[in-house]
Amino acid sequence: MSERTKHRWAMAIDLDRCTGCQACVAACHAENNLPLSDPESAAKGRAVHWIRVDRYYEGEFPEVKVKHMPVLCQQCDEAPCEPVCPVYATYQNAEGLNVQVYNRCVGTRYCGNNCPYSVRFFNWFDPVWPEPLQLQHNPDVSIRMGGVMEKCTFCIQRIKRAENDAKDEKRDVADGEIQPACAQSCPAEAMVFGDLNDPESKVSRMAGSGRSTRLLEELGTKPKVFYLQRGA
Amino acid sequence: MAAISEPVVANAARAQLWRPLLHTSARYRMVVALLAAVTLWGLFAWGYQLKTGIGVAGIRRPVFWAIYLVNFVFWIGISHAGTLISAILRLTDAGWRKPVTRAAEAITVFALMIGGMFPIIHLGRAWLFYWLFPYPTERLLWPNFRSPLLWDVTAISTYLTGSTIYLFLPLIPDVAALARHTTGWRRRVYRALSVGWTGSDREWHALEFAMKLMAGIILAVAVSVHTVVAWDFSMSIAPMWHSSIFGPYFVAGAIFSGIAALLIAMAVIRRTLHLEAYLTEHHFNNLSKLLLLMSLLWFYFTVAENLTAWYGNEPKEMAVFGARVRGPFAPYFWAMVICNFVVPFVLLGIRRLRTIRTATIASVCVLIGMWLERYLIIVPTLSYGRLAATWGKYAPTWVEISISAATFTTMALLYLIFAKLFPIIAIWEFETEVMEVSSVS
Repeated sequence: MSERTKHRWAMAIDLDRCTGCQACVAACHAENNLPLSDPESAAKGRAVHWIRVDRYYEGEFPEVKVKHMPVLCQQCDEAPCEPVCPVYATYQNAEGLNVQVYNRCVGTRYCGNNCPYSVRFFNWFDPVWPEPLQLQHNPDVSIRMGGVMEKCTFCIQRIKRAENDAKDEKRDVADGEIQPACAQSCPAEAMVFGDLNDPESKVSRMAGSGRSTRLLEELGTKPKVFYLQRGA
Repeated sequence: MAAISEPVVANAARAQLWRPLLHTSARYRMVVALLAAVTLWGLFAWGYQLKTGIGVAGIRRPVFWAIYLVNFVFWIGISHAGTLISAILRLTDAGWRKPVTRAAEAITVFALMIGGMFPIIHLGRAWLFYWLFPYPTERLLWPNFRSPLLWDVTAISTYLTGSTIYLFLPLIPDVAALARHTTGWRRRVYRALSVGWTGSDREWHALEFAMKLMAGIILAVAVSVHTVVAWDFSMSIAPMWHSSIFGPYFVAGAIFSGIAALLIAMAVIRRTLHLEAYLTEHHFNNLSKLLLLMSLLWFYFTVAENLTAWYGNEPKEMAVFGARVRGPFAPYFWAMVICNFVVPFVLLGIRRLRTIRTATIASVCVLIGMWLERYLIIVPTLSYGRLAATWGKYAPTWVEISISAATFTTMALLYLIFAKLFPIIAIWEFETEVMEVSSVS
């Protein structure tokens, strides 16, 4: 199916560039109206971060090397979260995006269990924002109610806007025209977003690089997030 | 059954078995009130959860499922009591089943009603549970038939329908007899439930045929139901869940805990209703042997499941396995082995020790052990996912504990009310037996 559709959105993350600064995490929160959490609920595992920076430590103290890895929804072609949802709240759209329909979700949380990357988040309560933060919501992104799942959308609101603009101007979406909030805010420019169907796009070239790997690739989930790093 | 070899005695039997229906003691009222109080507290906890959000439970990322689902599997497992005892024994025409069947079938229906509530209780938006029913919504959107949860809903609703019919069929001759001997509202209820039963030969043959047929159907449904429950887990790719053995392992575990529940129910009925003449050592002895057999089978499956995981030494599975046998879950794991294997093996395996009392003790242990087994299947796997960076620890809250406790009292409550409205022992099955015996002599 993905071959026949016009776009196949993907991301490449150069881990050799990532400094672990968490700018992507903050940007995602602002762009996607993520609920905030206090230290207490975060300690309980209730914090919502559609993108997180996992840290891996190599070596023994004091010779420790820290490796950072931003982990977001891997937008799998063979997504384990999709078939298990009884109400089609999550499915693969025509452009290969693993989308979440909040209104359909009844909150079985099966998708969250079956996601090996643990990038799905649940709204344990109706979200609240401390004053005056409720005034900074992004109008392009819906607020999720309590009891439903959510996760990274690859900033689908930005994708749709760019696609519509291009359609209005009767042209194709240019490479680099779409930037999810995380990629846009990355000071090290470690994250690149683009169309895998365009062999000349930057993301296609990075995905084809010898440094490219995918997370838990052995599970056959066919993720569309590519991690680049020097050979070990 | 030498004690009941005369038709005259059958009348006495009827009088004794009807007695609890017609007289209510103060002790009964007290127990009902106590159970109802705990049940109401559980309902309050659920109401609080509905109003505030499912976050009042202890579940968290990555442990998205916890003791609500443990209770679900546990109670669906208990429901296998009725199926096995009643259907298998009816199909094989085992004579000793007769005083046991109705007690077992009632367990099935009530345990299913309780177990079936948990997939709803655990939903983030429980009020939309009907979106899982296998028919299209008003938006003409079908539910997703690829999801094991949908298989669950389909299987359990089929099983509940089937086992209700299966409980109801053998009840017909008894309620018809009761309708003839009672007055007032009871008479009206019994008459309505007796669906015009007159006791003609044709009706007896039809009933006999229907019961045999339902026994066959319900057996197949029961096996498939618990297999589907197991597939909720084994269809996923989580470490230690993705196991082909889970279907039969869960079915065996379900029957195991079902027999234990039945033994406990029988011991209580025997004591409180003074039915020592009907529920004899013989019945307990036979059921104890079945429990012992299932204990051995459970142990075999557990060894097969864990040994292969350990020998394979796959790191992601070993993280879960290690947490279970020597990590934070180890106390529960070894308690489970003791409860499910050591205790029944010693108490029921040594003939000298096998009495009604020890069978009851072993059964209580088995219920605890089987609850722990489901906990150990669900929680460690989710706590130790594939990416070590996302590991997390789960602890239940008062809401989850209250709701779980209330399920046990609800079960007892439903059972007590049922025993107050209907004879807990199928009287007509005795009477036919008496007739057979007397015609031979």
